[in-house]
Amino acid sequence: MSIDAGEFLQASVRTATPLALAAYGELVVERSGVINLGLEGAMIAGAFGALVGAGAGGVGAGFAVAVLAGCAAAAVMALVVLWLRADAVIAGTAVTLLALGLTGTLYRAVYGAQGAALSVPTISPVAIPWLSHLPLLGRALFEQPVMTYVLYVIAGSLGWWLMRTHAGLALRATGERPVAAFAAGISPVRVRALALLFGGAMGGLAGGVLVLAQVGTFAEGMSAGRGFIAIAIVVLGRWSALGVAGAALLFGAASQLQYVFQSLGWPVPYQLFLALPYVLTLLVLAGTQRRAAAPAALGTALTEDAR
Amino acid sequence: MSDSALALEAIDKRFGEVQALRGASLTVRRGTLHAVLGENGAGKTTLMRIAFGLMPADAGSVRIDGTPVTLASGADAIRRGLGMVHQHFTLVPAMTAAENIALGGRGRLELRAVAERVHALGERTGLRVDPSARVASLGVGAQQRVEILKALYSNARVLILDEPTAVLTPPESEELFAWLRRFVAEGGTVVLVTHKLREALAVADDVTVLRRGECVLTAPAAHLDMIALVRAVTGDEATEPFSMPDIEARAGSPPPTIPRTRNRGPCVARLAGVSARDARGVERVREVTVDCFAGEIIGLAGVEGSGVHELLRLLAGRLAPSGGVATLPPRIGFIPEDRLRDAVIEEFTLTENVALRGAGRRRGRMPWPALASLTAGLMERHDVRAPSPATRAGALSGGNQQKFVVGRELDEHPTLVVAENPVRGLDIRATTHVLRELACSAEAGSAVVFYSADIDELLPLADRMLVVFAGRVREVPVERTAVANALVGAA
Amino acid sequence: MTTRPDATGSDIVRPDGVRPAAARPDARWVITAATGVVIILAVLGILMAGGYDTPRALAALWNGAFGSPYALFSATLVRATPLLFVGLAVGIAFRAGVLNIGAEGQLLAGAAAAVAVGLAVGAFPSLVALPLVLGAGALAGSAWAGIAGWLKLRFGVLEVISTLMLNFVAAYLVSWLVRGPLQEPTRVYPQTVELAPSVHLPALITGHRLHLGLLLAIGLAVATWWFLTHTAAGFRVRAVGAGIGAARSAGGINPSRTTALVFLASGALAGLGGASEATGVTFALYEGISPGYGYSAIAVALLARLHPLAIMLSALLFGALEAGAAAMQRDANVPSVLASVVEALIVLGVLAFDHTRARGRYT
Repeated sequence: MSIDAGEFLQASVRTATPLALAAYGELVVERSGVINLGLEGAMIAGAFGALVGAGAGGVGAGFAVAVLAGCAAAAVMALVVLWLRADAVIAGTAVTLLALGLTGTLYRAVYGAQGAALSVPTISPVAIPWLSHLPLLGRALFEQPVMTYVLYVIAGSLGWWLMRTHAGLALRATGERPVAAFAAGISPVRVRALALLFGGAMGGLAGGVLVLAQVGTFAEGMSAGRGFIAIAIVVLGRWSALGVAGAALLFGAASQLQYVFQSLGWPVPYQLFLALPYVLTLLVLAGTQRRAAAPAALGTALTEDAR
Repeated sequence: MSDSALALEAIDKRFGEVQALRGASLTVRRGTLHAVLGENGAGKTTLMRIAFGLMPADAGSVRIDGTPVTLASGADAIRRGLGMVHQHFTLVPAMTAAENIALGGRGRLELRAVAERVHALGERTGLRVDPSARVASLGVGAQQRVEILKALYSNARVLILDEPTAVLTPPESEELFAWLRRFVAEGGTVVLVTHKLREALAVADDVTVLRRGECVLTAPAAHLDMIALVRAVTGDEATEPFSMPDIEARAGSPPPTIPRTRNRGPCVARLAGVSARDARGVERVREVTVDCFAGEIIGLAGVEGSGVHELLRLLAGRLAPSGGVATLPPRIGFIPEDRLRDAVIEEFTLTENVALRGAGRRRGRMPWPALASLTAGLMERHDVRAPSPATRAGALSGGNQQKFVVGRELDEHPTLVVAENPVRGLDIRATTHVLRELACSAEAGSAVVFYSADIDELLPLADRMLVVFAGRVREVPVERTAVANALVGAA
Repeated sequence: MTTRPDATGSDIVRPDGVRPAAARPDARWVITAATGVVIILAVLGILMAGGYDTPRALAALWNGAFGSPYALFSATLVRATPLLFVGLAVGIAFRAGVLNIGAEGQLLAGAAAAVAVGLAVGAFPSLVALPLVLGAGALAGSAWAGIAGWLKLRFGVLEVISTLMLNFVAAYLVSWLVRGPLQEPTRVYPQTVELAPSVHLPALITGHRLHLGLLLAIGLAVATWWFLTHTAAGFRVRAVGAGIGAARSAGGINPSRTTALVFLASGALAGLGGASEATGVTFALYEGISPGYGYSAIAVALLARLHPLAIMLSALLFGALEAGAAAMQRDANVPSVLASVVEALIVLGVLAFDHTRARGRYT
């Protein structure tokens, strides 16, 4: 049996899409100086929201509710970290646990205990004329569900926005030295809050993609750590828009290796491949020189003179 | 247009239990340089932060050009023509000068246009800076220029400068004042916050003195002299032996000698050809040789980045040398600058904080009863005001915390004492206490190394002066000009 | 006023005489109690809003937890046992500033090792076999946590992320074991054969599932408390967690060594929890052997404010909650996942009202 490189790439991009969406959200958040461990919570909330929305009003509603759900999770995070000044790492973990628990409870309550797999309409790949006929990359990049194209737009505009607008400058300054931003008339609290909301929206959208463009149903805990993998993607991508794209693709490809090995007939236990993204995350975090590239104020709380 | 560019009236501000400002008023006439004087803790910075909209006042009003305003943020103040140069620069080190100057604007970011305007401003005002230079690579003087340009870029007509000369060399200070006077001559207004009385008298048109949050004196500089200023700044209190020299030292007069029996004993600590790197691996200390003798106080001076902090930690045994040999006694007392980060755990009780000393080497059980009584004794001997040894360290005031730290470190009569800015931010009483402890320690036979960012604190006490510059150490006469020159590497 | 430069070089004005929240110990326990009250009200709210028969649900909850000897000795206390082990694991870690979210994975590693060794030493007498098996569990948990510890100390990897990733890897490892090398001989079910009786932890009360593991856990709780309060090493652990800078500078403590110790100890405790479950309750290894004990443990530890003796009470409470929740589902149709919602709310509530200073930097 042989490997179809084109199919492998297409599958990689497809798998990478939710990862990249979440990672771009996290990129903005981390550029403002916050490590958002609640991203996983936003994602599972988005997944559940997609289920509810799609059941009520089709795919469009599904995505809309997914984004809102992700924002809600982020709003809780922003409240606890920025207003109540709790430790961001612990708060993020709590939000994730809360979201996992709540979505599980609500799912069983609304759709029945040990619910039979509820299926929702999904979106199928849309081929962009002409571009999708390019050799090798054509199908991989341009025959994907609509959300992947939305991802391309977001990725491109985010990169531009970060570097070429005052708002992007304000974000970066908040992540480097909040005191300096404050003295220049910027409100670091507001910047971080908005960044968190954006991150939550993206996380929710990623969750929506999981349900509406991939699996077609909801299962408890289906985010399976992707929110944390997204954090590793931001690190590997060195907090740049372009880097995140590459890193996400890498992780997407890693997830597809299982099928490559299967089609090659190599007998490796499938659990190894399932574990691969997580191991890869560890390797990335260990191996990448973070300090130089990370925003200087990443992980620090806002002091009194920067509020 | 009103005659006053900036007026604050009856400002009250409270932080928790402390009344930082009490009915403070300040009127700055347009086209003048107005000095705001006072000691550390008098409320100067707080007043300016309120004027600049960085924090709200509890009561009172702010008027800009005669119109009452409510400033919700720094952005408001900037919009109304105020600019502030902060005591600790508020620049983003990783970004370029242009990015820092443009920070706070709106819409699209056109760095090229920003750079052009920076050049133009540079031509017009003489404040030249390379827009594409990363701020981290700029020297202190250049960074300050960037801060000022930031204000001018937003068309500030009223400049507030908070302790601008604290980090400048004398020639840089001269340059700054010359520029400020030019700015004022062209119709700008300057508010200069400083604790250096001599400086203020020399350069200001008007002077306001703050003491304990209140305005105690406002007058044209021409009507004032040093004695009146000193009296206003300090009030009539404090007649203890250390306070007068302390105050006069701050006023810049030659420091008197402090009565102390000086007996120099044997060498107790030695750094021989020692080099060291900081936390980022940058070499900060280059092949330095220093001897510390029992009974002697070494005054140590050095600007930020000179390597003085690393040298102190080498002496205190907290930093391992990357080259050379450090011979240190077993018993060392270390009083670090950032007490809450390096010396004291706020959550722990005083007894537990005492137990910290030597915790790295301790084995077996913790003898809490013995430690508790040790702590009680310490509190009594060193005037640490707290309900009991079981009080959490975080509940103590700053002065008491520092007295506690000093007591803990000095109580065992260590052979070597290393003190890093031990009286920074303390009130007069605590300052006196700590300085006296250091002097007594030396009298009792310890070798003391005493670093302060304020030269005038060192001169009265030091037997020898060492100045650190670019990682090397020079001994200089115990005399102000010599030290100031050595600080900046001038002969 | 005192000023101190913070790490970014700006002055933070701390007026003399202001008491930060850390100085008001009484307030914190009151706040914890208040949080509990709010959560209870919230749960009641959810029940009523969901249209459930609230009085019946609450009755089922109580009866399921304490209403009968079965409830107490075969449900509540049995569920409390692993929670106590992992609660201690999380507690000691958090106390040192090590955010060990991986107790779940460490527990799985311990269970897996215990079963693997247990299958091998089944012929030996209990007195020999049990210590071997428990020891293997502790070692495995230690090693699993040790991976994260090594990654942190050597590479600076945030332990929150690494321990969490290792949770997933551990789950897949167990999956592979029970479908591969350790699978029962008929190769039908994804589980191991049952352990020999000599490798069963003795029951404490005949006819009930309560086993020796509980006593072991209680003993460890007391030992942990004594360690933290009365030994120099325990003092170092607390110092590093409460103020790493002062611990290093004023105390001459080596934070790396202390942190390493904590990772290992924490992992061992969680591993023991897994071993205890495997040899006291399940007697075999299978997927899903832990219904999220490692995550509940975070709530257990936080509610008890990381105090080992209080963790005993907290574990009991959560054991009761989960036992009661199962009964609530049976008798009143309330989804048992509600228990995990309550746990998450507790975590959030404790954090929300806990105004201890946010950590400035991760070191």
